[in-house]
Amino acid sequence: MVSEQLVDLSRLQFAATALYHFLFVPLTIGMVWLLVIMESVYVMTGKPLYKDMTRFWGKLFGINFALGVTTGITMEFQFGTNWAYYSHYVGDIFGAPLAIEGLMAFFLESTMIGLFFFGWDRLSRRQHLMVTVLMAVGTNLSALWILIANGWMQNPVGAEFSDVTMRMEMTDFWAVVFNPDAQAKFVHTVSAGYVTGAMFVLSISSWYLLRRRDVEFAKRSFGIAAAFGFASVCSVIVLGDESGYTVGEAQQTKLAAMEAMWETEPAPAAFNLIAFPNEAEMKNDFAIEIPWVMGLIGTRSLDKQIPGIKEIKAKNRERIVSGIEAVTALDALRRDPGDQAARRRFEAHKADLGFGLLLKKYVSRFEQVTPEIIEKAVNDTVPRVAPMFWSFRLMVALGLAMLLLFGLALWHSVKGDFADRPRLLRAAVYALPMPWIACEVGWFVAEYGRQPWTIYGVLPTHLSVSTLSVDSLYGSLAGFVGFYTLLLVVEMYLMVKFARQGPGSLGTGRYANEAHA
Amino acid sequence: MFDYEFLKLIWWLLVGVLLVGFAIMDGHDMGVGTLLPFVAKDDTERRVVINTVGPHWDGNQVWFITGGGAIFAAWPLVYATAFSGFYWAMLAVLWALFFRPVGFDYRSKISHPGWRKTWDWGLFVGGAVPPLIFGVAFGNLFQGVPFSFDDHLVSTYSGSFWGLLNPFALLAGVVSTAMITFHGAIYLAHRTQGEIQWRALRAAGFFGGLLMLSFAGAGVWLWLGIPGYVIQSVVDGSALPNPLAKTVVRETGAWFANYRHQPATVALPVLAFAGVIGAQVLARCGRTMAAFWASALAIVGVIGTAGAALFPFVMPSSLDPRASLTVWDSVSSQRTLGIMLWATLIFMPIIIFYTSWAYRVMGGKVTAAYVRENSHSAY
Repeated sequence: MVSEQLVDLSRLQFAATALYHFLFVPLTIGMVWLLVIMESVYVMTGKPLYKDMTRFWGKLFGINFALGVTTGITMEFQFGTNWAYYSHYVGDIFGAPLAIEGLMAFFLESTMIGLFFFGWDRLSRRQHLMVTVLMAVGTNLSALWILIANGWMQNPVGAEFSDVTMRMEMTDFWAVVFNPDAQAKFVHTVSAGYVTGAMFVLSISSWYLLRRRDVEFAKRSFGIAAAFGFASVCSVIVLGDESGYTVGEAQQTKLAAMEAMWETEPAPAAFNLIAFPNEAEMKNDFAIEIPWVMGLIGTRSLDKQIPGIKEIKAKNRERIVSGIEAVTALDALRRDPGDQAARRRFEAHKADLGFGLLLKKYVSRFEQVTPEIIEKAVNDTVPRVAPMFWSFRLMVALGLAMLLLFGLALWHSVKGDFADRPRLLRAAVYALPMPWIACEVGWFVAEYGRQPWTIYGVLPTHLSVSTLSVDSLYGSLAGFVGFYTLLLVVEMYLMVKFARQGPGSLGTGRYANEAHA
Repeated sequence: MFDYEFLKLIWWLLVGVLLVGFAIMDGHDMGVGTLLPFVAKDDTERRVVINTVGPHWDGNQVWFITGGGAIFAAWPLVYATAFSGFYWAMLAVLWALFFRPVGFDYRSKISHPGWRKTWDWGLFVGGAVPPLIFGVAFGNLFQGVPFSFDDHLVSTYSGSFWGLLNPFALLAGVVSTAMITFHGAIYLAHRTQGEIQWRALRAAGFFGGLLMLSFAGAGVWLWLGIPGYVIQSVVDGSALPNPLAKTVVRETGAWFANYRHQPATVALPVLAFAGVIGAQVLARCGRTMAAFWASALAIVGVIGTAGAALFPFVMPSSLDPRASLTVWDSVSSQRTLGIMLWATLIFMPIIIFYTSWAYRVMGGKVTAAYVRENSHSAY
């Protein structure tokens, strides 16, 4: 049996490095399109102001991008270093989108970013704009392939287990690519990135406007950010990946947990605006319900039921019992591949193999399985409700607050009077951290909500780890904390320095705070 | 659909191509990083050196990332076993790589000399440590790596980080570092002039010599002192991969068996020496572009020599030789290998096309005047 401490530390390290990575990713995904918009205006109008905008915001984009790249390599390494059994077990499917991401997207993005920064004098205006567009396309395609890989972890389609190779193998590549879960996730995640980019430009522009410096530069930037941000925040909310939550059991389980739905209600179910979930008694101690809303959001219909936690657990109990048969039959097949009785038994229960593997957290030999252990495993199949419930609500509340802010910003930028509205500008400055918090909390819901699985229904988290010593994990975790703290300090220092200095840092002679060097 | 055996072989070649591509492209950036503190004396000179790779290092680094992704997709067991087994070595590579994006991008944004010197050494670490560790890892592959599998193919690694640092592996580390630094020096000679170019050529002389000596030395050591691995059971190239289904023995001189059976492969080590000598001569005649490609051929020779010797082994196990990972039994399914082959065939030419375009746009010598004129945008 794998030590629980090893599993916890491996999870902690992955979660910490992934959340850290995602401090930089959404800004890259969003800013890159703002750069495309600004530069397109420059190419169409020929006004140097728009070139300066592209270059100044591009400079901040570059500072952020460097850490996105740095921390992204960690993510690729970590599947191998810390999740070796996972890599073996699903590499046949999971590795392909990662490799294709490199070939199709990351090469493009990374090659073009060099030309974006260094090619201003060597390329024609149109060529340079093309470089910026290709960089944006590369960035977003990169997100697409990564989210196809992640979507497969939530809803593992197009694959089958092989008892000879002891792993999952791809049966339908296009099913993996067009996994509805992955597609919903892609739209939701990149839209969240667009909101982040827009908020970044909106906040910093507002700060310049409050100080009445570089006013023309800040006003144009504010206007573009307000329009782009409003469209994006609408997209995040309307195309929120709740539309994907009816797809597959992983998402149904998450939905039930994050809505604290213990019982299966007659359709359309009510929405718990606020609730105090009681894990032990499987009920809510207190709840404010809005009738119908949950059913409408969750199923986009009036008649489809959404399963509650109790119903999900009852179904999972059956699957675990059937999974025991699958695991013991597999063991027999590993000893003697010609054992026809074992093969028939395995084929009959194969679909529940992953559920059987859940028991390996508690027993190494299946003769030791007792009803109590089965009950423990059943309880593991639904994540804890309170963290899911509250983090989801925090994300939604932040989304709505940003909708309001971008709505007002757009309204006043159409009216043309935002520069004289200090309260709006101050709100925009203070709102800066909102999209980051929403992104991080959103990932928490998505990934904590998938527990106890790395691949839903296929591979439990506790079996996915590398067989490393706990000391190694403490050591590497300490190393990551040290390096990442240092990097964050350096990055924030530069980011704040250049954001404060403003477009004067370009040294064009047209702005306040001109650079001297 | 392609034949499974064919796919297994082609993916051995393609992983080799990606590894060689990484060494040629990311390698010259790393070589330049390693040489940075030594060939450039003052800040302007250092900025000249950094800007020879400034627009390209990011794109080139993707060779490394794609190489990792391709091994994950094509050889998942190798990816899983090697990355987790070489845990601390891999983390050392990763942490060394951290210094590159921030070193390149942040160094010249602040003019404080202490800040800039710190990142110069950061770029040195990011350039020198990864090739050294990759070389050490290759050196360990020849000696076998202490891992085993249980019945469900869970791998356990029984060695330690310090065990990786044995004399032969360190020699292989010298080969690899010398190769990458040599290549970086030749590239630097191509993109600079005057003093820096002269120093780069001197560095190329030193590292070229070191490469030939250490490469020859490693060959002799391998011949005399390191027994190779041989598959004894019959290999069915089209069988479903199961690394526990074969028998393997160790034999002295076995790493040279492929050269005995396929004498044409001797061209690879010959190419390594010819490439180094050719690059030296061409660079000194001022034909620096041709010298770069000769040095690239030397890399093909060195990595090809190691790959051909190991074939069909990828990662032999010293603990349980039958669990050794080979091109036949550590691969993905036929379908995944086929899809990945198509993806590579489609995208690799496109990548090469726009990468060469980027180099053409940014081509020419990088000079002190260029750095001064672009002090707000260049690195």
